[in-house]
Amino acid sequence: MARSYDLKDLERWEARIFEKVQEYGLNCYPQEFEICDHIQMLGMMTYHGMPSHYPHWSFGKSFERTKTMYDYGVQGIPYEMVINSNPCIAGLMRDNSLCLQILTMAHVYGHNDFFKNNFTFAHTQADLIVARFKSHTDRIRSYVEDPSIGQQAVEEILDAAHALSFQCQKNQAIKRRSPEEQIEKAIEKELKTEGDVSDAIKEIEQRFPTEPEENILLFIRDNNPRLNEWERDLLTIVHEEAIYFQPQMETKIINEGWACYWHREIMNSLELPTDIHMEFLVRHNQVVRPIPGDINPYNVGLALWDRIEEVELGEVRNHNADRQPKDIRDKLFEIREVDRDTSFIRRFMDLETMMKLDLFEAEVEHSDWVISKTASDEQWKAIRHLLIQSVGLGSIPVISIIDSDLNGTRGLLLRHSYEGRELEAKYAEKTLEHVYRLWGRKVVLETKLKENMARYSFDDTGLSLTAEFFDETFPPYFIP
Amino acid sequence: MGAVFRPYSPTDSMQSDRSSGDRQRHRQKLREVLKGNIADVISEQSIIGRGPDSIVKVPIRGIKEYRFVYGQNQPRVAQGSGESEAGQKVGKAEGQGTPEDGKAGNMPGEDYYETDVTLEELVEIMFEDLALPDLESKPLRAIEAEYTHKRSGTKRVGIRAQLDKKKTAKNRIKRRFLKEKMEDGVEDAATEESVAEKKRFPFNQKDFRYHRHKPDIRYESNAVVLCIMDTSGSMNVMKKYLARCFFFLLYQFVRLKYRQTELVFISHDTVAKEVNEDDFFHKGESGGTMISSGYQKALDIIQDRFDPSLWNVYAFHCSDGDNFQEDIPKTMELAKKLCENCNLFGYGEIKPTGSIAWGTPMLEKYDEFIAPNFTTICITSKADIWPKFKAFLSREREKSPSVDADALGWR
Repeated sequence: MARSYDLKDLERWEARIFEKVQEYGLNCYPQEFEICDHIQMLGMMTYHGMPSHYPHWSFGKSFERTKTMYDYGVQGIPYEMVINSNPCIAGLMRDNSLCLQILTMAHVYGHNDFFKNNFTFAHTQADLIVARFKSHTDRIRSYVEDPSIGQQAVEEILDAAHALSFQCQKNQAIKRRSPEEQIEKAIEKELKTEGDVSDAIKEIEQRFPTEPEENILLFIRDNNPRLNEWERDLLTIVHEEAIYFQPQMETKIINEGWACYWHREIMNSLELPTDIHMEFLVRHNQVVRPIPGDINPYNVGLALWDRIEEVELGEVRNHNADRQPKDIRDKLFEIREVDRDTSFIRRFMDLETMMKLDLFEAEVEHSDWVISKTASDEQWKAIRHLLIQSVGLGSIPVISIIDSDLNGTRGLLLRHSYEGRELEAKYAEKTLEHVYRLWGRKVVLETKLKENMARYSFDDTGLSLTAEFFDETFPPYFIP
Repeated sequence: MGAVFRPYSPTDSMQSDRSSGDRQRHRQKLREVLKGNIADVISEQSIIGRGPDSIVKVPIRGIKEYRFVYGQNQPRVAQGSGESEAGQKVGKAEGQGTPEDGKAGNMPGEDYYETDVTLEELVEIMFEDLALPDLESKPLRAIEAEYTHKRSGTKRVGIRAQLDKKKTAKNRIKRRFLKEKMEDGVEDAATEESVAEKKRFPFNQKDFRYHRHKPDIRYESNAVVLCIMDTSGSMNVMKKYLARCFFFLLYQFVRLKYRQTELVFISHDTVAKEVNEDDFFHKGESGGTMISSGYQKALDIIQDRFDPSLWNVYAFHCSDGDNFQEDIPKTMELAKKLCENCNLFGYGEIKPTGSIAWGTPMLEKYDEFIAPNFTTICITSKADIWPKFKAFLSREREKSPSVDADALGWR
């Protein structure tokens, strides 16, 4: 049965794990473990693991939801909660068995290494993040307590900002051009064409933004002169948090796969007592098992890392008995540094792995999900393409600001870069209302419905929708 | 040794309920939502006929956090259990999207929250929503419910039992103080006796003060709700249920305004009888309809137990409007009588849409019958109950100035 253990045991095991971590050459931030109970764990999950986080009712909602799921046994509490910070902070649930604690610690070191080395995290300033979140908290609390602002007003801005928080630049590694550079580049491009370009140049100089702008919150912050200083600050805070969490969304599969790969390696090399080892096998398989009808990032991630290893070694390694040969490490470390989910899948998902994972594509047919494509010679690439589209930030539509003047009315024009997936209409309407709240003047969203152009617009009279069907423009109808 | 361990401490854990503030705010918001669709909630069967402290589980549609998201039911990739083949069904579409962790709230989906509210709270929210501030005094009758006395100042004469000892003692002290001041200058040879006399400073008739009393009358406090329901064969389960909802609201409302509220249930077909709550709502009856029998029974009960000069009587009758033709004149007559004896008498006709009406609807008959404290309503569906109830009360309010200017005066 489960062994009883105390902090000393954990420290002893951690020392052994750390020895292995160094032996394998993982490059980690200093690690801290907090022993907590399940309520604390739920609290950590609610606030994305941050020791300090600003208040907002949505976290209350999220807590209740998680707690209900936990209470009813729909969902267990994850074994680990780890944040990308320096030092790296992770929670250990005190009710877990010794085996789970050891497994979790090994797993956490995998994440820790990934956070420190993967390029998508380069901009997150892990050294300062805890202090920055604390500062956000203090600032927002001070606005809430300020009698001239108050909770209601802060909430309204936060609600709107949360709605748009992930509508920001998808790749933080790409340097943004300054407005002057954008104009210069556009004119340069125009000059290359033949004929009279003076009108086109004039147009470029008048258009703002010159290039489509994906950072909606920042654009509104910088270009709506009617926002108060505290409102701008709220937008900044929400944006900063979003781009801090963005890499974690982008690297779910590669990161979990990496951590699973290493916890398995470390656990197998620790020469665990039989009872712990048996429990480890059970737990490990629970974590990395496929979830039919869904995608388990642990399962997919680990399968891809195993495939990489297999290709490098030229054979399947028995992870239980044989230790990882040194010469493949550099290759693995390089991949963990330069890839994110999309590129990781594109580069390493092959037909064989897909068949092993039994991935399929499903479509809705008469209110049922029906498999339309399976991993086969002809179809696997299409499945891979769809998978790449839906992982990471792929679930967030690309919507950029095209114009902020709308024929002199200072209205905001947003355009959805349509690539075959329609926006959920109800959500688009409500979110547009949030944009309107922040921008304060008419806002328009261009997208496609049933392959036809559709324009949602929201102004002080409410929402209206214009759609073109078969080249015929229907008059806008008014939705009260 | 690479890591720092922070041991578990129970005190931290107590303080670690960091989401409590946000949870509270979320609850508040849910409550606002609840207020918005109170009409749905109160027409739920489960809340009717319960004690005020019982907890009601109310499902509330969650507050959504909108974002730009892709529509559901678009092709997606998933894992199978090993032998997936094209054409295989793998699940139900619509709303079954499993939210991936880490980005909860990204996928549209309907969440419902069950909130626990006590019936008391629910009623409070309900009537908060009504926002009829002057309702309180409207149908109340100025009945001397309690007659007591209240102290009010003092007087110089009275009986010993009403002596105001504190004031009396104070007066004596004042008098002595004054006397000492006056004698300060005249310090003549005092005899032993006069010193002793000086120390002894007895009460004088002038010191005595007695409590004055004023009669204190409290007005009204008792109310009785007479629920009269037609249980003839034509009243099916749905109709009964609608009636029941309405009675529930009426009872809750009256209960809120009076210290003591009695409930009387009268069910009638061709004959009326007084029944208990359970039988009233659940027992099926059959047979024809003689509305007058129910009214007669109500009048008898008022006469026996609830003298209109001492009780605020509310009578409400629910029926589907079928009555024997011969019974109508008598019914009208008794209705008039009931109006004279009640603060408020209402008639509710239950006509679920699509049901077939037999005979003459009483509603039409009642249209000709006008009394200041008589109201008719017509309920056709569940959703109808709350707005009709509101209208019922606010119609009363419009009439109120003429009815009880006098009762208002006391408030």
